Amino acid sequence: MLSHPINWLPAESKACMNLLLFSLFREKKRRRVVELTEKMVVDGGSRDGGEWDGRWNHINTFLERPGPFTHPDFEPSTESLQFLLDTCKILVIGAGGLGCELLKDLALSGFRHIHVVDMDTIDVSNLNRQFLFRLKDVGRPKADIAADFINGRIPGCNVVPHFKKIQDFDESFYRQFHIIVCGLDSIIARRWMNGMLLSLLVYEDGVLDPSSIIPLIDGGTEGFKGNARVIFPGMTACIDCTLELYPPQINFPMCTIASMPRLPEHCVEYVRMLLWPKEKPFGDGVGLDADDPEHIQWVYQKSQERAAEFSITGVTYRLTQGVVKRIIPAVASTNAVIAAACATEVFKIASSAYIPLNNYMVFNDVDGLYTYTFEAERKENCSSCSQVPQDLHFSPSAKLQEVVDYLTENASLQMKSPAITATLEGKNKTLYLQTVASIEQRTRPNLSKSLKELGLLDGQELAVADVTTPQTLLFKLSFTS
Amino acid sequence: TMAFTKASKDQKYDRQLRLWGDHGQEELENAHVCLINSTASGTEILKNLVLPGIGAFTIVDGHKVSGEDSCLSNSYCDLLLDNDPEFFHRFTLVIGVQLPESTCLRLGSVLWNANIPFLVCRTYGLVGYMRLVVKEHTVIESHPDNALEDLRLDQPFAELKNHIQSYDLEGMGKKDHSHTPWIIIVAKYLEKWFSTFYKKEAFKQLIRQGILKSEKGTPEDEENFEEAIKNVNTALNPTKISSGVDDIFNGEQCNDITSQTPTFWVMTRAVREFVHNDGGGNLPVRGSIPDMIADSEKFITLQNIYREKAMQDASVVSKHVESLLQSVGKVCETLFCSKNAAFLRVVRCRSLAEEYSVETVNKDAITSCMDSADGEMVLYLMLRSVDRFYQQHSRYPGVYNYQVEEDISKLKLCVNSLLQEYSLNVNVKDDYIHEFCRYGASEPHTVASFLGGSAAQEAIKIITRQFVPFNNTFIYNAMSQTTATFQL
Repeated sequence: MLSHPINWLPAESKACMNLLLFSLFREKKRRRVVELTEKMVVDGGSRDGGEWDGRWNHINTFLERPGPFTHPDFEPSTESLQFLLDTCKILVIGAGGLGCELLKDLALSGFRHIHVVDMDTIDVSNLNRQFLFRLKDVGRPKADIAADFINGRIPGCNVVPHFKKIQDFDESFYRQFHIIVCGLDSIIARRWMNGMLLSLLVYEDGVLDPSSIIPLIDGGTEGFKGNARVIFPGMTACIDCTLELYPPQINFPMCTIASMPRLPEHCVEYVRMLLWPKEKPFGDGVGLDADDPEHIQWVYQKSQERAAEFSITGVTYRLTQGVVKRIIPAVASTNAVIAAACATEVFKIASSAYIPLNNYMVFNDVDGLYTYTFEAERKENCSSCSQVPQDLHFSPSAKLQEVVDYLTENASLQMKSPAITATLEGKNKTLYLQTVASIEQRTRPNLSKSLKELGLLDGQELAVADVTTPQTLLFKLSFTS
Repeated sequence: TMAFTKASKDQKYDRQLRLWGDHGQEELENAHVCLINSTASGTEILKNLVLPGIGAFTIVDGHKVSGEDSCLSNSYCDLLLDNDPEFFHRFTLVIGVQLPESTCLRLGSVLWNANIPFLVCRTYGLVGYMRLVVKEHTVIESHPDNALEDLRLDQPFAELKNHIQSYDLEGMGKKDHSHTPWIIIVAKYLEKWFSTFYKKEAFKQLIRQGILKSEKGTPEDEENFEEAIKNVNTALNPTKISSGVDDIFNGEQCNDITSQTPTFWVMTRAVREFVHNDGGGNLPVRGSIPDMIADSEKFITLQNIYREKAMQDASVVSKHVESLLQSVGKVCETLFCSKNAAFLRVVRCRSLAEEYSVETVNKDAITSCMDSADGEMVLYLMLRSVDRFYQQHSRYPGVYNYQVEEDISKLKLCVNSLLQEYSLNVNVKDDYIHEFCRYGASEPHTVASFLGGSAAQEAIKIITRQFVPFNNTFIYNAMSQTTATFQL
């Protein structure tokens, strides 16, 4: 049963929403709308001038008129539109399936100051859904082409592209945005973004300063399934609070791949992981390039041979490619739906016209259309947003390797390659670091040493860095007997 | 336009071919869709059909594009309905966007009689609405998300039985023991289990005792046995035909096969013949087994047992298809494949006439859904009410700011007359009446885009005959980001 919308947010966040609204409006500037002479080519019609009569009517309806379901502190105003048009700054992460849709939806909803970040270039297989791109754009950076397309079609809109990884920016970049919306295809990137926004939070005497909160709207899709969620960092459930919601990646056991294949996929993985490094088919040091059709062709042929050895059927070129590239099926429709839901939330938050989604919507249109909307709860001891240092329980005789294993295997942490440092005898000492070859070699012997041998004490703080978070996480070592 | 070679189309459409296959793509490329009204919602739907490669589309667009794309008339569509309704017969599917009620009902009637699927879509403020109107839509490839396996452990067929018997768990070497597929393990232990009433926990314990022990007496690490234990719950489900498929078997079309009978029904009847004559009351064996810990040889051999049985059963079904078709003077064109037999689906929607008629309105559905006064049903009633308003005033409520207040009372009269006409004893809160005046029949882009994605995928389901379309009314509430489906 749905109660009245006003009851969906917990009391503290309602108060915070007030302050958020106030601080957004404080930045409003009055500016004369610049007259443009470009033609608008959205529906195939053409118009004279930039702003034309009624251009933003469908948005003004929600900004100028009072209503029974608006946010309790919403005040209808003829100036709110100006805030959206002139001041509000949105960051879109990803210019792929979701990103293209998001940019379009935001631009058509009055947002004009948009930045987009994407580290990828355009591939032919993108063209069935990433509609800002054409065949001639293949190979070019997604962010650049997407920005060009929107800026060329929507007069007045200024999309600034960044052909970069999200990790290439620091907090000074992210801080400038009012709202950040993600259309990512990687959990690691999501967690990183999550960590970045958490790191921007300012606490004064233990109280969160609402003006340091940047709302994060996150969308994800896979085939006919998708989800959209709204995160107010420091207030609502963050990405890591609900890490278990993300299904684990399928990795086949080595013994299956090496000696007991049963599925065509096992045969492909055998070729990719074992045969390629052994045979180096394209030369020494030439790694498997999943985007090189020649490489895939070689893998395909060898996979067929492997399959024939074991009487396994089903190895096709399409299957081979799918396994090597970890392809996830995708269609235009799901991306349109999820991006639209996210863009609606951006509008709601920027305009304060309605209470935002609280806070997670799941969508599936395999059989009819199914959605489920619920409030994901914050985890009390979330490793990212709870401010509570995590406890690590180990015996003093446990090896450091066990600690590393725990950090990577624990369902709530799921780190990729944690680097552990500790303060010993007043100095900062790296216990183990995997990502720099020379340091990895030097610190590798530590893995087989016990915690006691390494000089670690009960209650000791360990600082752990990992690709899943921009901040170092602090853990407290708690010795078991 | 670019002329795409097959190879480049495979590349471009790779990500969607993995969902509906080459045959689904072909259906899409042979389809001709009609879109009525290229408003924001209409163009979004179209974009999401053009991107995956729809063969052809025709836009019937009857109004001038104003600053906000408000929908003022559908004169062109009405013109066609007046003078050349058969214009619509050429289409695979007709999608009507932002249609006024009168046009919608007229078009609905034409398409119903011509047996052409009709998808009605509208965006109204923060509400999205879809209505599917199709007499009968059959689906062979429904691709269910979480289907149970078809392992026949409760009634193993002869070849499976023989194969199980060829295993001697007690006499095996350690390596073979640890690499025996869990299906064999469960089957073996079922033979030892004489009680007809299974206590699953006790059965799991029995299997656990079968794990090899080391010299010290501690259990060895036998993952295949752990898999067997884990799968006991589902593996012991009795083999049976779902009620849904049973209903399909009992359908009229299944009984009277004529030369006009569509392929789906001939196939279904053939499967039914199989069930009664050859399958001992069961469907043809599906033929697939999940992956499991086992050495290659044991797994492949077991997999082939199921596959070959499935092929055998399929050929028996195919023979039934042949003889059915012969009996009505036709030739068999398609081969039957066992794997979908358990997942056949039929969707039958009521006509718009039935939904709108006082005699046949679905009062129960409306009244019971209105128990939750803030659910999506009230939004449906409001959409019906603004249509009423349009009929009376030739405009929608609250389009201009000055109209919002005064239209509230007028709209309320429409709501009340609607409820009265259909004898609906429900209460529509004033808040919703106010809200729908506030909307001013606007078509915000994000809502249009949500609807555009939803509608396009339903259209693709109709065209490809894969996956299952909704039945028959879908409402999206962008305020709460919730949806509901009603059968009206």
